[in-house]
Amino acid sequence: MAVLTMAKAINDGLRAAMERDPKVLVMGEDVGKLGGVFRVTDGLQKDFGEQRVLDTPLAESGIIGTAVGLAIRGFRPVCEIQFDGFVFPGYDQIVSQLAKLHFRSQGKVPMPVVVRIPFGGGIGAVEHHSESPEALFAHVAGLKVVACSNPVDAYWMIQQAIASDDPVIFFEPKRRYWEKAEVDVTAEPQPLHTSRVARPGSSLSIAGYGPVLKTCLDAAEAAVADGHDIEVIDLRTLSPLDLGPVFDSVRRTGRLVVVAEAPSETSVAAEVCARVQQECFHSLEAPVLRVTGFDTPYPPSKCEEDYLPDLDRVLDAVDRSMGW
Amino acid sequence: MSTPQDWTPPTSTDSHPGHDHVVAGLKGTDEGGADLVQLLTPEGERVPDPRFDAYAADVDVEMLKNLYRDLVLVRRFDREGNALQRQGQLGIWVPLLGQEAAQIGAGRAMAPQDMAFPSYREHGVAWTRGVDPTDLLGIFRGTDHGSWDPKATGFHLYTIVIGNQCLNATGYAMGQKFEGRVGGDDAEATICFFGDGATSQGDVHEGFVWAAVYDAPVVFYCQNNQWAISEPTERQTRVPLYKRAQGYGFDGIRVDGNDVIACLAVTRWALEECRTGNGPVLIEAFTYRMDAHTTSDDPTRYRLADELELWKLKDPIERVRVHLVRSLGVEPEFFDGVQADADALAARFRQHCVDMPAPAADRIFSEVYADGSPAVDAQREAFLAYHASFEGV
Ligand SMILES: Cc1ncc(C[n+]2csc(CCOP(=O)(O)OP(=O)(O)O)c2C)c(N)n1
Repeated sequence: MAVLTMAKAINDGLRAAMERDPKVLVMGEDVGKLGGVFRVTDGLQKDFGEQRVLDTPLAESGIIGTAVGLAIRGFRPVCEIQFDGFVFPGYDQIVSQLAKLHFRSQGKVPMPVVVRIPFGGGIGAVEHHSESPEALFAHVAGLKVVACSNPVDAYWMIQQAIASDDPVIFFEPKRRYWEKAEVDVTAEPQPLHTSRVARPGSSLSIAGYGPVLKTCLDAAEAAVADGHDIEVIDLRTLSPLDLGPVFDSVRRTGRLVVVAEAPSETSVAAEVCARVQQECFHSLEAPVLRVTGFDTPYPPSKCEEDYLPDLDRVLDAVDRSMGW
Repeated sequence: MSTPQDWTPPTSTDSHPGHDHVVAGLKGTDEGGADLVQLLTPEGERVPDPRFDAYAADVDVEMLKNLYRDLVLVRRFDREGNALQRQGQLGIWVPLLGQEAAQIGAGRAMAPQDMAFPSYREHGVAWTRGVDPTDLLGIFRGTDHGSWDPKATGFHLYTIVIGNQCLNATGYAMGQKFEGRVGGDDAEATICFFGDGATSQGDVHEGFVWAAVYDAPVVFYCQNNQWAISEPTERQTRVPLYKRAQGYGFDGIRVDGNDVIACLAVTRWALEECRTGNGPVLIEAFTYRMDAHTTSDDPTRYRLADELELWKLKDPIERVRVHLVRSLGVEPEFFDGVQADADALAARFRQHCVDMPAPAADRIFSEVYADGSPAVDAQREAFLAYHASFEGV
């Protein structure tokens, strides 16, 4: 079994999808010779040529808009957006065309496009490089939104997203790109749109996704010393949300903490809270708590340690929930 | 889903457009030839230009010495920025090496009442607007998003999202016009800085459209440094960028971006065009990024060392020095003095960086809204209480 970083796992997944189907294209700024600013597309242009790995002009609306046209023509483009904060010039194309063509054409025009977005903070970057805009996409009907949290998922989910005939916004936690895991490329993958119990437990549930999943697992580990047996659920899919495993978990533990980097109001975390209180009201021993970024623009990087949910803030929420 | 049998893609990796491949139009990075405005050659020789000499008529020895000083000091603190990043004092640095003349020339052409909208590499323009170089450090150290006052300096905050500022600059210039500040004694103009890559963005195109439709007094100043991270100018255009202006109905001009006198003259002309109501104007300053895109970038992956060597021969500072020495007889003491000033600036820059305090944690919540927000206020209170709970633990 190969030990891969998340960046390499996505690279391998892209390569496998490109080998399988010659109509899979990779496109974006600097994805060719440079291999992308995070090297996720490293070596692909060398092996597949400039018409399958396109160094595009510097324009996100252009990248998404032409991908839509290519998809109409039968291609399966995978667009790379360099950083979360740069997707907005392409947001109009995503919302107006990518998300709606299948519905408008009543299925005659499928949109097998993947938009890869490295997201989240924690890398000490300047502004526009650390945002968590997933709710803005999850709120748009017609898009599917997923977030991987580890190399195994990254390897499979990118291939499943490419194989899907729906547009998939694919969030990659950039501060976890260099974390490693064993990836068994012969194993049967988890379906794309399901959440997953990442750590079983019985006294409290934590749900998270993307970059904070590691923080959640670390918190669960740290809480053992206090006698807590915490279950951690990796949401994986943000639209549609697969909350079945969360409901099951909360029915057993009676307590839930939802963790995410994004601001909290009208967020994915907010949606999880609302649905859990609706479905699991009689099982809850404490209010569902949220540990998130604040409802402010992402701060200068010297403040990001305070902004991002860390082990202490998650444990603090665990204590509050347990003490209810 | 397509079947693999449908179609076989070409495997050639050689579709990069070059002279042979581009059948119509010019290669985007070709030097301007007869169209390139140049007043000082790479060899340091002052050459006449019937159109623009008038805009450099006051460039005497004293003034050229000042321009030289600008160039050297800006390069010096830029190099210090790079070094500070390497030493872990800055998260990132965006070098301007090679673009000093393009920036000093444009910046020194501005009048106090004018307004500049920079991208993120305009440390030289900042210098000419009186922004202390130390004020640039916070962005790259991660303590703020730009600490200078855009109103007081006539220098807007840096813009990282490519091309965004072109529409903002155009809107600002429209405002200057609506307020009657075009044509009169108190005439104003705006200048907007962006790169060759940015010209692909919709915002830049829309900026051109708006500026033309409203005759906005805005100079679009494109520093074509030949690369947008790893992508050469050919990845953005098929015609030289200055020629695009014609399609929008205004003047476009290409200037030797490594020639500080030409950049000064051409920008003065363009700003005057705007002040007198003949704007907008597009300037393409033809220059070269001699360092990496940022300290996070690795240019060896995409460009040849030969190219850099070629551009070193066109260095913007060296040609001024040669001219000052050979043609104007400036003594070595002057250069020693500039060097000493540069070293002192670098030392002050470094010390300031190392001494910068980390922002207070509640910086996260400050000035999110002009009118405040109960939700943000509540989060701040909770956050401060949470922090206080650790005290004495
Ligand atoms: C909208 C947007 N997309 C992508 C980026 C990432 N990025 C930062 S600089 C850059 C290249 C810019 O090239 P150019 O406009 O030529 O300016 P230069 O940096 O060469 O001065 C890219 C792609 C960004 N900042 N904003």
